[in-house]
Amino acid sequence: MGAGLDLFAAVAPEGAWTVGEVTRRARAVLEAGLAPLWVRGEISGFKAWQSGHWYFTLRDKTAQIRCVMFQKDNRRLPAAPQDGMQVFVFARPTVWEEKGEFRLTVLDLLSTEAGGLWQLAFEKAKAALAKDGLLDPARKRPLPPYPRRIAVVTSPDGAALRDIIAVMTRRWPVAELLVIPTRVQGEGAEQEICAALALACRLDGLDLAIIGRGGGSREDLWTFNHERVARAVAALPVPVVSAVGHETDVTLCDLVADLRAPTPSAAAEAATPDRSDVATELAHLGARLARGLAARSGRIAERLDRTLDRLATAIERRLERGRHALGAAGGRLDALSPLKILERGYALARDAEGRVLKRVAQLTPGLAFRLRVTDGEVAARVGKP
Amino acid sequence: MAAPREDASFARQLERLEEIVRRLEGQELDLDDALKLFEEGVERLRQARDRLTAAEAKVKQVLTDQAGNLKVEDFDG
Repeated sequence: MGAGLDLFAAVAPEGAWTVGEVTRRARAVLEAGLAPLWVRGEISGFKAWQSGHWYFTLRDKTAQIRCVMFQKDNRRLPAAPQDGMQVFVFARPTVWEEKGEFRLTVLDLLSTEAGGLWQLAFEKAKAALAKDGLLDPARKRPLPPYPRRIAVVTSPDGAALRDIIAVMTRRWPVAELLVIPTRVQGEGAEQEICAALALACRLDGLDLAIIGRGGGSREDLWTFNHERVARAVAALPVPVVSAVGHETDVTLCDLVADLRAPTPSAAAEAATPDRSDVATELAHLGARLARGLAARSGRIAERLDRTLDRLATAIERRLERGRHALGAAGGRLDALSPLKILERGYALARDAEGRVLKRVAQLTPGLAFRLRVTDGEVAARVGKP
Repeated sequence: MAAPREDASFARQLERLEEIVRRLEGQELDLDDALKLFEEGVERLRQARDRLTAAEAKVKQVLTDQAGNLKVEDFDG
């Protein structure tokens, strides 16, 4: 042992450091010398662990650095970066003592590509929704013309709700508004919105739902780009009007909804008829109703008149014909009367019993009989032959 | 909580009114039927107008209690 110590004393007279000591020292020097800074490079070997922490390598043509981004920092980002992506990271250079490794603790990460991570997350979620047919225009339902119960999923103290209530009160107070309060931005807001939408699904007699918020930064509006929120919107059994802040940024929630409105006020307008328009229409229908009946009864009276006229004419004609026929029949009857024949000079011979004597054999010589002529009757006797 | 779907009935009310008016304006009716239709139309008009004018905007909020049951209360935002 003694020889070993001598050798050591000769090589390092001031004493040797432990691995831990030198690593800690290196770390202290590095952290003191390099304050957090922006670094630019390409992502490779990206891996997200169960813990939520991200590990990857940042490299350029000449070098590479191991990086970690902890869950508390990366959860603000809309999506994880992909290998090959050019990024800027804001990071603290340090030494990972356990592995003796130089590395960057990444605090923020921006993609240099168009739209960056936001765009990436958006496109990914959009593709998933499209794959399930949720963006199909044929899915879009018409809004009910006269809604009676309308659910409003929004922040209870935002300008959006105030605007919606104001428009409803003015245009269509016939409807009942059911506010389902939820946070619309910040950590966990998407879960709250999904829960609020699930609540809306349980409401009886609901005709329509409005989901929205006023304008805000892209990060503020991001809640409405979560795939979960979009799916919850698509799952509502009634038509949905979406109004999320901006004219320019269309959110996934807007794409899934049955109608997209540019602002919450516009959503309320689109969702309701104007009461005075409906009243005008009712008045119009009332007028047509009255005119319809008047015209109808006028026509009926007219037809009745015409019918009576025709009836009278028919009866008249019938009577006329009757009179005519009666006259003719009287004439014929008259002509057939035997008296008429006697008038023309014929005579009628009858025996005592009133039998008409028509043949010579009946008129035996000496027979007394009666002869009827036109103005009376005389007694007669058959002469001797 | 169970409210009838009055929207549908309001829309139906208007549809029926339209139909009544069209039939009255048409040709094939006797006076008796015309009067009956007219009376029905007047009644439906009255109901629809009542619904429009009597309405007072109602704003409520929906919450859940601890057991997850729905609670609907007046909203005073």
